[in-house]
This record gives sequence, C-alpha cells and structure tokens, in this order.
Amino acid sequence: MSDVSLLVVFVLAVFVGFEVVSKVSTTLHTPLMSGANAIHGIVLVGAVLVTGHADSPVGIGVGLLAVVLATVNLVGGFVVTDRMLEMFQGRRPQGGGQR
Amino acid sequence: MNTLSQDTVEILYLAAAVCFILALKGLSSPRSARRGNLIGAAGALLALGTTFLSTDLDSIVPILLAIALGSAIAVPAARRVQMTQMPQLVALFNGVGGGAAALVAILELSENSSQSAGDLAATSFTVLVGAVSFAGSAVTFAKLQELMTTRPVVLPGAAPALVVGMAVCLGLSVVVTLTGNLWMGGVLLAGGLLLGVMFVLPVGGADVPIVISLLNAFTGLTVAASGFVLRNTLLLVAGTLVGASGTILTRLMAAAMGRSVLGVLFGALRGGSTAGSTAVSNRPVKSVGPDDVAILLNYARKVVVVPGYGLAVAQAQHTLRELAEVLQGRGIEVLYGIHPVAGRMPGHMNVLLAEANVPYTALKEMDEVNPEFKTTDVVLVVGANDVVNPAAKTSPGAPIYGMPILEVSQAQQVIFLKRSMRPGFAGIENELLFEPTTSLLFGDAKDSLTKVLGAVKAL
Repeated sequence: MSDVSLLVVFVLAVFVGFEVVSKVSTTLHTPLMSGANAIHGIVLVGAVLVTGHADSPVGIGVGLLAVVLATVNLVGGFVVTDRMLEMFQGRRPQGGGQR
Repeated sequence: MNTLSQDTVEILYLAAAVCFILALKGLSSPRSARRGNLIGAAGALLALGTTFLSTDLDSIVPILLAIALGSAIAVPAARRVQMTQMPQLVALFNGVGGGAAALVAILELSENSSQSAGDLAATSFTVLVGAVSFAGSAVTFAKLQELMTTRPVVLPGAAPALVVGMAVCLGLSVVVTLTGNLWMGGVLLAGGLLLGVMFVLPVGGADVPIVISLLNAFTGLTVAASGFVLRNTLLLVAGTLVGASGTILTRLMAAAMGRSVLGVLFGALRGGSTAGSTAVSNRPVKSVGPDDVAILLNYARKVVVVPGYGLAVAQAQHTLRELAEVLQGRGIEVLYGIHPVAGRMPGHMNVLLAEANVPYTALKEMDEVNPEFKTTDVVLVVGANDVVNPAAKTSPGAPIYGMPILEVSQAQQVIFLKRSMRPGFAGIENELLFEPTTSLLFGDAKDSLTKVLGAVKAL
C-alpha cells in the first residue's frame, strides 16, 4: 500500500473514532476506556510479524518480549472489560425459581 | 504458513477492523456494551489467526509459547482483580501495550535497514511515545495502588527539566529519523521512559484517571504508527480508532471534572495546584451515633445517598443496598447521586454499585440529582469527600477548583460516614464538615452501615 492510501485510511479512521464515542454517558466511561485499551493490544499482530521475521537471537528475544506484553494488553483488556460489563447486566434470575 | 492470498488477508483484516469499530460503538451504550466487547475480542482473534496464515514466520513455536505466557499472566490478573483496583489494572494493561509498540519499533530499526524517511519518522514517534506511555502508566499504577504518594510530586526545577527533556527527546527523534541509527533509537527509548515519569509525577491523585485515558490515546497512536511502518492497515485503523476515541474520552472526562487536559498535566508545575494539605484539622464537628442516623433516615421522606470510593474500599455496597431497600419498604424515596468521577475513574462507581445489584434506574447522574437536593431531607455521604466539597466552587487555589460537585449542602441534613477527619484523595479539607446541618458518623463504612441498618430495623 502506498503512503498516500495509508494516509487516506488514517484520516478516515480518525473521523470514525471521533464519531463512535462522541455521545457516551459517564456511566460507561470506565468500560469504554478499558475496551479501547484492549483494542490497541492488537499491536500483538505487529509483534508477531516482526518477531517472525527477525534474524538475530537478540532480535527474536526482544520480539518475544513484545509478544508477551502485547498479549497481556489484548487478552487482559478484553477479559477485564467483560467482567465489568457483566455486572451491568443487573440481577439475574436465581435458578428456575418462580414461574 | 503462507496459505492465504494477499487479497484474502486484506479482506480478513478489514473484517477485524469493522469488528473493532462495532466494539467501540457497542461500548457507548449500556445495552450493547457487553456484546460490543465480545465482538472486539472476536475481531482480535480473527486478526491474529489471519496473521499466522498470511506469511512465512520463523520461530512460530516460541511465539505461540510467548502468547500462552502472556495469556497466563493476563487472565488470572483480570479475573481476580478487585473492582476497586480496576483503574490501576487498566493503567497497567495500557502501559504494557505501549511498551510492546516501542519494542516493535526498535526491532524495525534493527532488522530493516531500508526504511524510508516517513517510516523512520513513524518509527521514532512510536519508540518515544510508546516509552512515555509505558513509564507514565507505571507511575499512575504506583499512585493508584498507593505505592507512592497520591499527591502531586514537584521536584525542584521540574518545569524547566520537563521542557529540556522534551526538547532533547524531540532532537533525538529527529536524529533517529535522519540516520535510522539503532543505538540512537535505544537512547530515545530511555529518554521516553524518563519523560513519561516526569510527565506523570506532578499530577495529583484525583486527576490520574484523565492521564490514564490520555496515555491510552497515546498508545493507540503508537499502534497506528506501527501499522504505517509495517504497511498493516489493521494496526493503522485499530490504533487510530483508539487514538481518536481516546482523545474524545479524555476531553469528556476532563469536562466532567471541570478541568482542562493541559491544566491536569502542567497545573502543578505552574504552582497553585498544590494548595492541598494532609493536615488533620481539629476544628469542632458534630459527631453522632448510629441510632441518631437511623432516626434521621427513618423520618425522612426523601434520602439521597452519595457513595464514594470509601464505600467500595470497605466493601459496603451490599449493606448500603440493604439499607436502601429497608427504607424504600417504609415508603421513603431513596436515590443514589453518582458524581461522574466518584470512585477513582469516571463511571467507576456505577460498576461498583452494579456489582452489588443496585438497580441501574436508581442511579442518578449529577445533573439529574442536583435539582433534587432542595427537596431532600437527608443526604447520606458514604466514603465520599472531594465530590461534595464546596471548595471546588469557593477556593480558586484548591486542586479541585472548577470541578462540578454534588450540591448536597442544599439538603436539610447531611450525614457523612467517614473513617476519620483525613481529607479526601485530592488532599483538601472539606468546609461542609463544619456546617451546622452536617453530622458525622465515624468508623469503617461497612461497620457504620451495619449498625445503622440494625437501628433502622429496630425502629
């Protein structure tokens, strides 16, 4: 992809990013921050690519460290966000009590 | 493995990017939030699978082991963390993401010697900002975990040092951009780490959430820059989305606290924002017992509960809900007034109360509840302080000056449940405590609420 088409993608993504969160209640600020945080954990893809193409042992070592860190960001971010949002579901029926 | 054509890979990445957009969109509304998050996770899984099938990778086994190790660290941490400690965990996850982006950029410098000037500029940006995000998040973690003081730390000469540090890092970035020298990249990384610490040290505890959100946006931008360097549209889109939405979110949060983002970052350096004190005042206050509180509550018509972080620390959410239910059973109207920054992060208190099964509809946001105080008989402030502190309106020197507050002083009676006279997170005394309409019930929030609950039931 040429630099210019990457720039096009970048600018469009900026506007999409602004647009999707422009109206969000303060109630959801914490989960939203945490969810956005999980999404940038996708840098894992970059970490996997550079590690897979690295030649020197040091390079591979640094790459693997990046993979571990990015995985913590990605996996931990989604899991913790889910845990938070699970609580917003409110009271669930306990067993199949009254009909 | 190289089983997918380039077009297929691009299409699959596009699908993952759409998942991320839907995830953010879903997270903006309570109903769709959880589904949104799961869509995001599915997108991440799709993207990762695509990556493995898109190109020939060496050392696949170690990579998979590294992913397994990362998951083994992250999942238990995310599952076990107390809801009260959520903000620092988010800060930590954000920091390691920034660190990963910086390391990826350093690797690009060392392995790829044919980068264009644009690539090198993006690479040095990622190294610098990723390092700032990593170190800054580490300091916010230490502040929130109270491993260090939550008050602004302003070392002598901090302001000029920060300016010099920024200039040096900027200069180093230019050098790296022009030469592509790996060692200079290493120096830039170190400079970024130092700069991150210098940025966050002067920020007071109450403002830390805004900084986390800002660093979150920074990390997003570094991921976007990595996407540019690696010619990977998915990273570019995902990183940009987070950068843009994170910026908006940071501004929304700052607005909810009545602060400007620049004021948060540099306020302490300009002086004036450090007016707080941790001194315990010995001015007289009206102290009452649980029985008195029970009587006040029992004969009220309308009660507004203002919960704060102290409630969560004492794990008293369930007792509070029980008390509210007993009062409601006697025909008393009970509302919860939730300040946008109650807890340690905007929206944090809603998560904590939802954990205790408090119905979503009883939670009133600040703008909804402020007009209610005039007709309220009793306000019960449980473990909150800064969010009801009139200093935010009256004393321009206070760290929280300008923050909108819950105007509880308009109610007939205000009861504070507090552990001690120690000031709140922002470190300033609360004049409201000395008002004649204010009573204080000292003790651990859970103990106090249990005693009040018992006394109300006995009436």
